[in-house]
Amino acid sequence: MTDIWAGLEAAFWLIVTLDSDLVEITLRSLQVSVTALVFASLIALPFGTWLAIRRFRYRRTAIAVLNALMGLPPVVVGLIVYLLLSRSGPFGVFGLLFTPTAMIIAQVIIITPLIASITHQAMRELWAEYHDLLISLNTTKRQRIMTLIWDGRRALLTAALAGFGRAIGEVGAIMIVGGNIDHATRVLTTAIALETGKGDFALALGLGFVLIALALAVNILIHSLSRTEQEGRW
Amino acid sequence: MSLALSKGVVKRRGKVILGPVDLALNAPDITIILGPNGAGKTTLLRVLHGVERLSSGALTLSKPDAQARQEQAYVFQSPIMLRRTVRANLAYPLELIGTAKPVIAQRVETWAERIGLADALDRHAPRLSGGEKQKLALARALIREPDVLFLDEPCANLDGRSTREIETLLKDAHLRGTQIIMTTHDLGQARRMASDVVFLLGGKVHERGAAGRFFVTPETPEAQAFLNGDIIE
Ligand SMILES: Nc1ncnc2c1ncn2[C@@H]1O[C@H](COP(=O)(O)OP(=O)(O)O)[C@@H](O)[C@H]1O
Ligand SMILES: [Mg+2]
Repeated sequence: MTDIWAGLEAAFWLIVTLDSDLVEITLRSLQVSVTALVFASLIALPFGTWLAIRRFRYRRTAIAVLNALMGLPPVVVGLIVYLLLSRSGPFGVFGLLFTPTAMIIAQVIIITPLIASITHQAMRELWAEYHDLLISLNTTKRQRIMTLIWDGRRALLTAALAGFGRAIGEVGAIMIVGGNIDHATRVLTTAIALETGKGDFALALGLGFVLIALALAVNILIHSLSRTEQEGRW
Repeated sequence: MSLALSKGVVKRRGKVILGPVDLALNAPDITIILGPNGAGKTTLLRVLHGVERLSSGALTLSKPDAQARQEQAYVFQSPIMLRRTVRANLAYPLELIGTAKPVIAQRVETWAERIGLADALDRHAPRLSGGEKQKLALARALIREPDVLFLDEPCANLDGRSTREIETLLKDAHLRGTQIIMTTHDLGQARRMASDVVFLLGGKVHERGAAGRFFVTPETPEAQAFLNGDIIE
């Protein structure tokens, strides 16, 4: 019990004094996950929307594959990315293993299916709702897509936030491909794992609070997005 | 605009649900498509508007297709609201055709006034009441001043007051030169509005004629039974 209290107190001071390790690790976490989010969104938002609107022969298959990819265990993604990037692997020459870039690649692979799937779901619903009206108004293809993107913007943002939430809290894959190297690839989740193992609960708890705060912020944003929808704001 | 359907057939999963139908409709009528549930009223209306593909047969319009579609509007049975404000819903059809902003603003005001939603312009359209949604859908359809207006049971599920308001708007639009083609299974509404009646049964045009004659001396026993309020297949 005293251990926990001492840890909580120390964690509190680490946060209020902006401990340099804590800040560095937090910023790296954000940098990796936000970069991964940007790339994943650039792929997943258009792809999910396209899947929702476009009818083509292997659409069902594509959706099934997408859902299967969403269920990939992150550790396995980490292992595969590790093999691809390791010195003897096909992309070994780039020397990316144990760099933030490797972690970004792993996170992009993990969250792209998630974002695409949520996007697809939301856009399919919207398209079913709007279809007859947009056809009747003789809209061009471009106008239809713009209308769906604009009216589905909250859903798209929600999908992206969900992806970010998954990325920032992920530990298995980035531990494998990043290596949790101090001042290089150590991020919130891997640092917590390490410090806990070492028995340094102060830093572990401090980082834990930061992680919880980030996760909460994401959920509050998602929640308030659905409120602006209902109230017709934004 | 005149519309002519010749030998129009619509099939779903191999089953004929409409046709073969031969039908010519001319301005400036108010044509009411009557018939029991499942007779094919909605399907026929969608075919005439060009949003339902014919399995066989042809639809001929007195104007080039692209232009004709621009000059038609359709009000769906359950109103489709864009997830936007009332104002944005009204502006939408005009924005699509590149109408100048000040003109849009002014027409939106006018129509909001006409449907009694002038104070609700900034409300979220999906949260309006059923009657308000239906009026908004109608105003949004009329805002481009279409040549032809299609309506699918515009007053189903509405109370007497909303029904009267909608009928008034329709008669006004008709006076301003819009040809109206609508389905209903409300006989009272048909009597109040129709100048021309198409009576559908089992996917076929069972009887067709001027309203004045149809309601007084229908030619077929089925139409007579329908007018009497009997249940027919
Ligand atoms: N998507 C569909 N698939 C199969 N049958 C349908 C479909 N839509 C309508 N139908 C059938 O087509 C017939 C005509 O339907 P509809 O045009 O909606 O009739 P109405 O509007 O007069 O009630 C009905 O028998 C209905 O069951
Ligand atoms: Mg119907």
